[in-house]
Amino acid sequence: MKYLDEYRTPWIARHILTEINNNVTRPWVIMEVCGGQTHAILKHGIDQLLPNKIELVHGPGCPVCVTPLELLDKAIAIAARPEVTFCSYGDMLRVPGSDHDLFKVKSTGGDLRIIYSPLEAVKIAREHPDRQVVFFAVGFETTAPGNGMTILQAEKEGLHNFSVLSSHVLVPPAIRALLSLPDNRVQGYLAPGHVCTVMGWQDYEAIARRFKVPIVPTGFEPMDILEGILMVVKQLEQGRYEVQNQYRRSVKREGNIPAQEIINTVFEVADRNWRGIGPIPASGLRIRQKFADFDAERKFPVSSIYPREPEICISGQVLQGLKKPKECTAFGKECTPEHPLGATMVSNEGACAAYYKYNMARVGRI
Amino acid sequence: MNVDINKYSCPLPVMDHDTVQLAHGSGGKLSADLIANFFLPRFGNPLLDRLDDQAVLALPPGRLAFTTDSFVVDPIFFPGGDIGDLAINGTVNDISMCGARPLYLSVAFIIEEGLPFADLHRILLAMEAAADKAGVAVVTGDTKVVNKGSCDKVFINTSGIGLLPDNIQISSTNLQSGDRIILSGSIADHGMAIMTSREGLSFQTRIRSDTAALNSLVDCMLQASTEIHAMRDPTRGGAAASLNEWAKSSQIGIVIDEETIPVHPQVRGACEILGIDPLNVANEGKLLAAVPADSAQSVLEAMQKHPYGKEAVIIGEVVADHKGMVAMNTSLGAARIVDMPLGEQLPRIC
Repeated sequence: MKYLDEYRTPWIARHILTEINNNVTRPWVIMEVCGGQTHAILKHGIDQLLPNKIELVHGPGCPVCVTPLELLDKAIAIAARPEVTFCSYGDMLRVPGSDHDLFKVKSTGGDLRIIYSPLEAVKIAREHPDRQVVFFAVGFETTAPGNGMTILQAEKEGLHNFSVLSSHVLVPPAIRALLSLPDNRVQGYLAPGHVCTVMGWQDYEAIARRFKVPIVPTGFEPMDILEGILMVVKQLEQGRYEVQNQYRRSVKREGNIPAQEIINTVFEVADRNWRGIGPIPASGLRIRQKFADFDAERKFPVSSIYPREPEICISGQVLQGLKKPKECTAFGKECTPEHPLGATMVSNEGACAAYYKYNMARVGRI
Repeated sequence: MNVDINKYSCPLPVMDHDTVQLAHGSGGKLSADLIANFFLPRFGNPLLDRLDDQAVLALPPGRLAFTTDSFVVDPIFFPGGDIGDLAINGTVNDISMCGARPLYLSVAFIIEEGLPFADLHRILLAMEAAADKAGVAVVTGDTKVVNKGSCDKVFINTSGIGLLPDNIQISSTNLQSGDRIILSGSIADHGMAIMTSREGLSFQTRIRSDTAALNSLVDCMLQASTEIHAMRDPTRGGAAASLNEWAKSSQIGIVIDEETIPVHPQVRGACEILGIDPLNVANEGKLLAAVPADSAQSVLEAMQKHPYGKEAVIIGEVVADHKGMVAMNTSLGAARIVDMPLGEQLPRIC
């Protein structure tokens, strides 16, 4: 299939792998930031094909995983309100809050809709003026323009029964925070290709210089990931630390300007709590005061929420690349996709779920 | 006061409706009309025409296969089929997967009041055609009509029985190390046809459901070899669920090769866009078979000569390793687990 097969061709993969082997002389630790990349790496078995000297660690780029528990509890409380039609992407429904998940709300009579496009939520609001339609907008910079667009569209149409429960986080502050950890081991980064498609890579140039790490905006197909690793390895071996674009068919240095304009119109940068990691200054987006009418957090004040995390879960360390899912004592035992203890086991893009789903270690092969 | 008596009349119940009314399920006159005008013309046969509360069947001696399934698919009409032919084919296939020859079906409708008769008629025509094609007779049935909102348009239950020849031993507990896994054709067509015909998806495809009765394909396979160890039509949960169930039931491991699994380009494209693994998506006209290595080729060739098995292919084999689990060699040359899908990819696909 065009635009897919050429990025999954086995002989090209072998060629890039040979190149990586030819270039690597020392051990290197490389983090793929985005959960989509983690998923592709494990699904295609890329980690098994790399030379032993290269260790991939999995980053925090799973929006479902890092959505703070407090916000999930708010979502659950809002979704349970009788006047609310709550629209969400399917992934979020299974993420455990302090007590239960959104599926439980649905089964006890809550009006929950799984949607695939943010504008579907606006359509539902338009067609059901008697309902309060709330869209649970979760994501990184990638989804912020589309989610921001819902607010602009609702404002334009005067849909005052529409609001957004927003949980947007930003990648560069997270990479800075991880690189500033005293026990950081990561020496090079595959930056998230779709975030960079929207935002460009200028923000990453300062990080590469400041922390002396190569950063390569990388796509999501096996060839993309292998080429991204090759680019990072070459830089590491040569002692360079630049931003170098692997995902050339999608990413430009300046990014997508109209998309950035939507983000800047609707949102402003704010401090944000990351589930499993904690608060990171200026690492999130919040809806501007001007659009307060469309902000579900302001519209439905939910108080007295005291989130509780399971103590055994190490998803925070997994999200920071400090531990692998397999190092968790609960992995595959107390914690499975059927009974997840933390968000990294729930989301498709979570590292624990990807390991559980694909990694042959579970059958004793590795 | 002058009274024009001709202006008054005794109110008669309205008998002509465009849509199904609660009274059509009441067991009274309207129920009888519904049966006479809609059901009997489609399914009529000497056993059904008696309109007794049960069908009395004269069956030859031997083993019977008996199964039941309920169909609640949304939307009720989708590219390639509708809830009607799905309800016939689904039960025919469930009977066929043990090697039995399906003979008789029951059909029970739960109808939401307000269902247009035109829709009911269309569903019944599809059921008639599917039953004729599969060579099965509908010999008993039931209809209930429920209040608006108590069900969604129409739900259908079908049960069926079939005759199982003495020399056939097909079961999900029978897989043995060395068996070849045969897939009858491309996967994920039905699930993605439903998915892409749902409202709210902003892209359009020409993906059609693969709904089909597989009993004639099974006949061809059994003529090639009676040694088939297991058969399964991978409906909900897709091929991944069926293979995992086999691995657990027979306590064996299964290894499949990613490159051999046929997925039509449109289906693959839709799966990619929606982030769905085709292995987890429902099929309604495909089967998986586990066949001993020495008869795998003859079964495969027999399948490839049948219209529903043209794309049949060996996708893997049964191994003694990693009991209870399914692994897949990826096209890049690595290996990964194929896990049991966690929940429904989509609600109400069949």
